[in-house]
Amino acid sequence: MAGDALSGPGLEEGTAPRPDLESMAWWEGLRAHRVSLQHCRDCGRTRFPPMPSCPWCASTAFDVVESAGRGIVYSFVTAHVAVSPGYRGSLPYSVATVELDEGPRLLGRVEPPSPLAIGDRVVSRFVDHATWTELYFEPASAQPSGPAAAHPSGPAPPR
Amino acid sequence: MTGTSGPGRTAALVGVGFTPFTRASGRSVLALAAEAVANAVSDAGLRLDDVDGLGSFMVSDDSVPCVAVSSALGLGPLRTVLDMQLGGQAPCHLVWQAAQSVARGDAEVVVVYRALNGRSGARVGSMQFAGMGGQYRYPIGYGAYLMYVGMWAQRFLHETGQGPADLGAVAISQRRYAQHNVRALRREPLDLATYLAEPFVVDPYRRSDCTVEVDGACAVVVTSRERARDLAQPPVVVASGCYRAGPRPGLDIGDHLLWEDYTRNYTSWLRDELFGRAGIGQGDVDVAEIYDCFTSTVLMGLEGLGLCARGESGEFVRSGACGLDGRLPTNTGGGLLAEGYLHGMNTVAEAVLQVQGRGGTRQAPRHEVAVVTSGALMDGSALILTADR
Repeated sequence: MAGDALSGPGLEEGTAPRPDLESMAWWEGLRAHRVSLQHCRDCGRTRFPPMPSCPWCASTAFDVVESAGRGIVYSFVTAHVAVSPGYRGSLPYSVATVELDEGPRLLGRVEPPSPLAIGDRVVSRFVDHATWTELYFEPASAQPSGPAAAHPSGPAPPR
Repeated sequence: MTGTSGPGRTAALVGVGFTPFTRASGRSVLALAAEAVANAVSDAGLRLDDVDGLGSFMVSDDSVPCVAVSSALGLGPLRTVLDMQLGGQAPCHLVWQAAQSVARGDAEVVVVYRALNGRSGARVGSMQFAGMGGQYRYPIGYGAYLMYVGMWAQRFLHETGQGPADLGAVAISQRRYAQHNVRALRREPLDLATYLAEPFVVDPYRRSDCTVEVDGACAVVVTSRERARDLAQPPVVVASGCYRAGPRPGLDIGDHLLWEDYTRNYTSWLRDELFGRAGIGQGDVDVAEIYDCFTSTVLMGLEGLGLCARGESGEFVRSGACGLDGRLPTNTGGGLLAEGYLHGMNTVAEAVLQVQGRGGTRQAPRHEVAVVTSGALMDGSALILTADR
C-alpha cells in the first residue's frame, strides 16, 4: 500500500535528518506542520535550503515566512530498485523536485508514485515519523478544489 | 594553431598507466595507485626519479593521498602536490593544474592518478556524501548519485524533446567500442530492443544507462612539450583547460536545489573559455571523450559544448556520428558506462591514447584534436588536447 511506504519502518533508523544550526527552523517548522522558508529582506527572494545568507544578494537579513506548500513538479525520478542508502521503504517510489509557488525548489516524495509528469501541480502533506516530520506531495487534483492560499511571496529567481 | 598552457612553457601529456579493472581487486588502494603511477611513468619512457609532482582526488576518503604514493614508490622530493576532495569533476581540472605547474616551472613531471576499490570497497554510487544538503535527501530515499543525475536527465529529455531511444543510443554506441577494449567490464553487444527491455533502475535509467563500478587505478603523466618530444610516446599538447562551478552550485556535490536549469550543466558554462583559449572551434574536434557516469551526461555534454545543437544530440548519436566511422567518434574506449567507473581519469587516458594514435582497433581515423570532460552536474572541468604540431 502506498500509505505504508510513508509511515513504514526504514525511514527512521539511520536516515532521520540531522538538523544543523541553519536548518533547525525548517525541521521544527515541519514538526509543527508548517513549511517555513527564509525570505530575504533585501532582494525579496524566498529560498531553500536554509542558508546563513541570500544565494542571490549575500544579505544576511531574512525573515522566516510560511509557504502554502503548493507547487509544480519541475522534475522527478522513480526508483524501482532500492539504491538509496538506508532506504527500506516500499518500491517503486517517486521523488520530485517541486517548484513552490513562492519560488524555491525542494525535494519530496510523491504519492502515488505514478502517473507523474513534469508540470503537474502538487500539494504537500505532513507525515509524522517518530522523531521527525516529512513533507511529501500528492497531485493537486486529489485535493478539494479552492483558491490557493494567499501568501506574501517574493519574486521568483531570475529565469 | 596555438597550443599554450599559460604564460610559460607548453605542457603535454605523454604517458598513461592502468591496473586491471576488476570487481574485487583483493589489493589495497595504495597498491593500485602505485602500480598505475609506475606504469604511466614507464609508458612515458621516464623513471620514477623524474617525478616531482603528483595529483589526485577522492570522495569521502575513498582513496590515498599523494604523499602515500610518493612514499610507496620512493619518489624524490615533490615540488607540487594536488589533493582534491572532488569526484568526477576533477580529472581534467587536475591535469590542467598540473599543466600550469609545468608551464610555470614549478614542476617538471607531474603524474595525475585516480585509484579506488570502487566496487568492493566504498561505492560512490551509494555513499552518503558529507555536507549540509544530505539531511534533505537521505531521509526520503533520495540518496544515490544516479537519482540526482536522473533528476536532471528527466527534465533535459522533457525540454529537448528527447527520450529513451536517445539515451539507449549512447549506451549502444559505447558498447560497440567496448568490444575493442580488453579493459572494459561490459563487452557484450547491446541493441535497442535489448536496451528497452531492461527494467528501470531509477526511471529514466535502465541498467545500461549506468556506469559499472570497478576496482582499479589509472594515471597520466604531464610534462613540458619540449621534454615530451624526447620521450617514448608522442606528446599530447594540453591546449586548453577549464574548470567551472556555475552559480549557486549547492551545499555539497549532491545538492542541486539552487541550480536554475537542470538541462544545462557546467559544460555550457565553460565552453567559450575552453575553446577560445585553444583557438579551436567545435568543428575542429576529431574525438570527444565526454564524462558518462550515465548516458544522459553524454547528450548534455555534446549539447553543452556546442558539438551538437540543442535537442539534437540524441539524433546525432543515433545517426552513428559517434561511431568509429562517424563524424565525431565519442567515448571510444566504451566510456565509464562500459569500461568502468574510474571517475573520468580513464576518460582522459583514452583521449591521450587516441591523440597519440594508440587506439588499436578502436583508433579514430582523424585524431589531431580531442575534447575531454569531467563531471556531470553543477561543476566540472574540460580539456582540449592536440597532437604536437
